[in-house]
Amino acid sequence: MDLVVIGAGVVGAACAYYAAEAGLSVAVVDRGPVAGGTSGSGEGNLLVSDKEPGPELELARASLRLWIQLAQVLSSDIEFEAKGGLVVAEDAEQLAALREFATAQARSGVAVEEVGPGGLHDREPHLAPGLAGGFHYPEDAQVQPARAAARLLEAAGRAGARLFLGEEVTAVTTTPEGRVSGVRTARRRLLTGAVVNAAGTWADRVAELAGSYLPVQPRRGFVLVTEPLPPLIRHKVYAAGYVADVASGEAELQTSPVVEGTLAGPVLIGASRERVGFDRRISAEAVRRLAAGATGLFPVLAQVRILRVYCGFRPYLPDHLPAIGPDPYVPGLYHACGHEGAGIGLAPATGLAIARQLTGAATDVDVGPFDPGRLTEAAGARPGRGS
Amino acid sequence: MWSPRRKGTGVTSSPSDGTSPSDGTGRSGVPASGGPAARGSLPTPGPYDLAVIGAGPAGLAAAVTAADSGLRVVLIDASERPGGQFFRHAAPGLAPRNKPVHHKRATFAALSARLAAHVRGGRITHLLRHHVWTAEESGPAAGSEGWTLRHVLVDGAPAAPTPADGIRVTTARFLLLATGAYERQLPFPGWTLPGVVAAGGAQAILKDSGALPGRRIVVAGSGPLLPAVAASLAEAGADIPVLAEAASYTGYASRPGVLARNPAKAVEGVRLAADLLRYRIRLRTRSAVVRAHGTDRVEAVTLATLDRDWRPVAGTEVRIACDALAVGHGLVPQLELAVALGCALRTAPDGTPAIEVDGQQRTDVDGLWAAGEPTGVGGVELALLEGRSAARSMAAAFHGSGSGRGRDARARAATARRRRFADLMATVHRPGAHWPQWITEDTEVCRCEEVTAHDLRRAHELGARDARSAKLLTRAGMGWCQGRMCETAVTCLVADAADGADAADGDGSAPLVPARRPLSCPVSLQDLADSTPSADAGPTATPGASAL
Repeated sequence: MDLVVIGAGVVGAACAYYAAEAGLSVAVVDRGPVAGGTSGSGEGNLLVSDKEPGPELELARASLRLWIQLAQVLSSDIEFEAKGGLVVAEDAEQLAALREFATAQARSGVAVEEVGPGGLHDREPHLAPGLAGGFHYPEDAQVQPARAAARLLEAAGRAGARLFLGEEVTAVTTTPEGRVSGVRTARRRLLTGAVVNAAGTWADRVAELAGSYLPVQPRRGFVLVTEPLPPLIRHKVYAAGYVADVASGEAELQTSPVVEGTLAGPVLIGASRERVGFDRRISAEAVRRLAAGATGLFPVLAQVRILRVYCGFRPYLPDHLPAIGPDPYVPGLYHACGHEGAGIGLAPATGLAIARQLTGAATDVDVGPFDPGRLTEAAGARPGRGS
Repeated sequence: MWSPRRKGTGVTSSPSDGTSPSDGTGRSGVPASGGPAARGSLPTPGPYDLAVIGAGPAGLAAAVTAADSGLRVVLIDASERPGGQFFRHAAPGLAPRNKPVHHKRATFAALSARLAAHVRGGRITHLLRHHVWTAEESGPAAGSEGWTLRHVLVDGAPAAPTPADGIRVTTARFLLLATGAYERQLPFPGWTLPGVVAAGGAQAILKDSGALPGRRIVVAGSGPLLPAVAASLAEAGADIPVLAEAASYTGYASRPGVLARNPAKAVEGVRLAADLLRYRIRLRTRSAVVRAHGTDRVEAVTLATLDRDWRPVAGTEVRIACDALAVGHGLVPQLELAVALGCALRTAPDGTPAIEVDGQQRTDVDGLWAAGEPTGVGGVELALLEGRSAARSMAAAFHGSGSGRGRDARARAATARRRRFADLMATVHRPGAHWPQWITEDTEVCRCEEVTAHDLRRAHELGARDARSAKLLTRAGMGWCQGRMCETAVTCLVADAADGADAADGDGSAPLVPARRPLSCPVSLQDLADSTPSADAGPTATPGASAL
């Protein structure tokens, strides 16, 4: 076995897909089902609009190009939709900040167009009146994330990858020299020279099993799902405050309205962020603020009923960048995790970069800024330190 | 900017609350700090000593027993009337025909009378037609430990609007979950035909309005509810050609001691057997309806004999004409709030999840008790015992007195005896591993989203292993019922088959993992947006609570 991927979420699936396509023999192991963690708890955003110029934006743009290719290859039930994003400002001050942000993005090659207050309702007829204006990002897209992960794994399987679900990795074994030699589950032993840690919000535990360290923390979010509706909302629509919330590292509850329709009918409403560990209990306050934000943007939704609420844990690293690449201490261990709320969008470029690193090929995106070594050094950690 | 730590805002009611009191008498129970005393003009404002969610046997028994002990109780239920499913009774003016189908009428009458007395005396506030969508621990910043419940009025025009209709938030020191159970269904080809009804549902409609689902009704499925349903339907005039029970009653004989120690259960069994005899209802054990026939409506069913793992035995099929089929496979505890609060759960012997409680009905969460079906389906007597036991435990905790006096010890022994019988029942009626053999590829499993058995088997191939991942891959369970109807079947079909078994069967005995449904019922965005800021915002006097 050339490679064992730990984690059957969308990032692990993308790693397995590109590695198998590159001719490596691959196994994917997960303690649960496909997309049982954060991949199955979000909206499936493929966004460029919320990213400032820099390495993450470059990764997102490369990834979006890959998603467009994958949408041709994988089943249409992944519901890839280039619906575009619409960021709206409530007042002149917010609009000016958005304009500055968009201008910088445009210089990095992002397609973006300012929409005047009158034009907002041409694009989104049900938006609340009185907004100052906004920006339209035609490249923003969406997939159904659980099916995207499942179809990537299915395609990886056709290229020879094997899938072991419901099997928790109990050990990552190493040679006397400290190189990765395999993984163990309750049911089997898989011999391999390379392990990819794609365990998302639980990646710190896998790193620890392998004798290394990765400071991943959960950042909780709730998504409200409405009853199925006729098409009301065309774009992913969000308020200017969302960009600031995404970039913030605050532990306290932050919410900013993000509203979008889905092909299946329900409207999805996010986004909240708070660092409260793995506490799954509902926060009535988060739900209240999400509902108030959504009806503020779209008054038409007021009498619409919420059928369910998802709770998910974004894998958060201290500098908001993912960890992609070899572990600094354990040869043969690679990380592909810590994508926070952007994991669906960033998955293909992450998977392709990992496959290229494993096969010794050059990556087409500079993944230097995502080197896991930055984290352990910054944290002053030593191998084997508990998280 | 709103601060989550802000104290004492005192703003607690929704704008739709049209009942804001006008005077400022500030009666007892209004919190000493925070909420303005001016809110508390009605007889029993919160915070309450105890909130009971569910006014079925367990909740009713607990509420009146706790009120007897001096606790100020709020009893919240989504129904128009108290009694839950078991003590379901006809609306005024809709007296059932023939003999009363209402069980344990005397018990219920006594509980109702005590409830009414406590409501008159201001000890119990009864919120009818309120559905609690979430319960939260009031944070330490709220100044007192306890619970904040948020609720909405259930849909539909109320028979009689009350001043309490506008209340959306209730606070209480202790919380009892007595949220009951819903029916478990296993699909089969034709189960979506009109005329195929839930067994418990058929009984409920009969109790409500005296209406029968048909004239010639096959009763099928598994569990102790079925003989009672068959007898009720027959009593109301239906012809019951057969009662098909998938399990074998000989399972009860495997633990004769448990039955001997529960003579009332034995008597009840004898009485039901006598009823079946009286109405000439043929009981066929180890049998299941494996197909319902008809075009616009069920016209007949195919019955087959099952082996011990509920595999239909080839060649045993018989066709029975009927115009209705009442079917059910036992009950599933209603656990949304318990799951959302993170209670420790157990898997009951029938494969359903249940709240883990100690001998005093305490959960592992401080200040939270549970009674009745949520602690494991066990029937009405057990629910009544558990409700009373929980109330005594809560009263002791409230008054700081010890528990464990002679009477409590005897009650606990009785509860434990009943619980052993419930566990035996649950073991006997747990679905067998191979019931999925009676469904076909095109059998619709999730009716809301029209997901077939084929779709689910395909989802298993794609990596679904539980109801949640199956839902994400197929949409099964995303409709109005949020999977309550299909969750057992979905779970079984995407579970890994035992080694050596046919993978397409999945595992018909797979335990049901409790679904996470953080909202226990649909709530409009307006209602969510209008819900008051979180408990941390300060102690909340519940305004406008009126004694009904």
